[in-house]
Amino acid sequence: MEGSTALVVNAIIAGLLLGGFYAAVSLGISISFGMLDVVNIAHPAFIILGSYVAYIVNDRFGLDPIVVSLVLSPLFFALGMALYRVYYICFEKRGQESLRGLAFFFGILFITEVTLVLIFGVDYRMVSTAYGDVTWRAGDVDLPMRLFVPFVVSLAMVIGVQLFLTHTFFGRAVLAVAQDQLALRLMGVNPVRVKELAFALSIATAGVAGAFLIVIQPVQPSIGREYIGLVFAVCVLGGMGSIWGTLIGALVLGLAESFTSTFFGPSWAPAVSFGLLLATLAFRPSGLLGR
Amino acid sequence: MSNRSFALVAFAFAVAFAAASQLIPNEYFFTAAYTVLQFVILATAWNILGGYTGYVNFGSAAFFAIGAYSTVVLYNAFKAPLPVMIVAGTLVAGLAGLGLGYLTLRLRGVFFAIASLALSVVLFTFIVNWDYVGGARGAYVLQPREVPFGLPRYIHLLYVVMVLQAAVALVVARAIEKSTIGRGLAAIRDDELAAECSGVPTLRLKIFSTMVSCALMGMAGTTFPYYLSFIEPSSAFSLSYAVNSIAMPLIGGMMSWIGPLIGAILLGSVQQLVQVMFSLGAWNLLIVGALLVLFVTLAPNGIMGWVETWRRRKGH
Repeated sequence: MEGSTALVVNAIIAGLLLGGFYAAVSLGISISFGMLDVVNIAHPAFIILGSYVAYIVNDRFGLDPIVVSLVLSPLFFALGMALYRVYYICFEKRGQESLRGLAFFFGILFITEVTLVLIFGVDYRMVSTAYGDVTWRAGDVDLPMRLFVPFVVSLAMVIGVQLFLTHTFFGRAVLAVAQDQLALRLMGVNPVRVKELAFALSIATAGVAGAFLIVIQPVQPSIGREYIGLVFAVCVLGGMGSIWGTLIGALVLGLAESFTSTFFGPSWAPAVSFGLLLATLAFRPSGLLGR
Repeated sequence: MSNRSFALVAFAFAVAFAAASQLIPNEYFFTAAYTVLQFVILATAWNILGGYTGYVNFGSAAFFAIGAYSTVVLYNAFKAPLPVMIVAGTLVAGLAGLGLGYLTLRLRGVFFAIASLALSVVLFTFIVNWDYVGGARGAYVLQPREVPFGLPRYIHLLYVVMVLQAAVALVVARAIEKSTIGRGLAAIRDDELAAECSGVPTLRLKIFSTMVSCALMGMAGTTFPYYLSFIEPSSAFSLSYAVNSIAMPLIGGMMSWIGPLIGAILLGSVQQLVQVMFSLGAWNLLIVGALLVLFVTLAPNGIMGWVETWRRRKGH
């Protein structure tokens, strides 16, 4: 293959792999922001928390971070339930979610980040995995396993959540909350309870995504900020509350970022997601698959 | 009190305060007071949009940095005099606010909040890649050797400028609050749909208050490069500005101009004290974050909210 073709093919592959990971990162926001109307800007904080939990267990016991995160996801689920309960009692119930609720999540994001800095410092942490240094090669085309494994697991997670939402009673209740809370109440279902569990699910996916993150790259507490714009960009780009939209949005963003870092340099990559977000908000706020 | 007499009182007070504090022999006072005043301006500016209108701006750091970097550009280009830099930074930040508002204020309030966060990362990346203003390495902006008005050091001048800027911010905030514009903004905050139906020009008012708020934030940043003599993207875009300018009005109280002032003086001084006693920046931020969450959950109307309840109880 010619040099430039190989470059493009590699950029496409890297972009798709990255996009799969972004889908896992944004899945939770797609549930909490897209369906439940809870603007959880602290979502990236839980991703970083997931990274550090995976790091600690990997560092002490040498277990695979992704397996660890799946096993420990009930912990994040419980954390999510507790957080939603506080949010509901303090803000949603009083009708103050728009301003004070946002400030609350911003504070949570901040506290988590600073606490992690105080405990672990600002050094980059990484994990050791069996596949971390393995790369499959076919001619000039690379397929690094540290991107491919998270990609596969994250696709499985996204599809699993979508099936769960469309094929179970509880999942349909979540979709119903997104459409009409009053109607749900009239059907005898408590929307607050449904939202609590769905929000907990969103935090659990954040914990798992955190493990993907630390497999893909070294992590330090403040990189969470870069993901705030990213998750909302994916969610808005794909269309609010659509899981398939989130997947497509994430792949588009992954490709855009990969091409930007290949052809303009990696230092421009962080601006891509935010630029895309601003452009989507300005020109098509309902997103690609928006209702 | 009418706007004019309030402005007179505010500026007389500012001048007297600035003059009196020149007697303080301790250099550190000026360095510390500069930071607190910076927060007074940021908090007051944030509150014009956040408190009066109910729209959350997470991008305070971005507008602050616009002010700071417009100074760097003018310094590199023609060593422009300080007043020119202040005016230019204020205008550029105001224009940026106008643009952001025009793009996103038609949508739900959340989108404005997210877009403001996005803006700070886009600008950060832009500045990091812009070599003319120093890029990621940062740039030196040296203080002039001669200090005007017979002040002993340049930091004294910067301090006086900051006191006056704080007075400007407070006068503007109070004027907006007491005017018909302020009542329109309050109507938007309480129920935007009802306001729109009653003939309040909601979009125009929102864009106006965003523009004023962002311009004042930019103004706060214009002297910052001189204050440090060296500016780099991570100090100009520090998250501390974003979180402080939200925490301070929320803790002080968002309904009137006095809340952010109280919050900024209180929280700003506490942070300076912690810095001096423990010299740990991270603890500082943890305190601010924890106070923000505590106040927002337990005392949503802030310190002025307490004062109001106490007054009402006494009245009965």
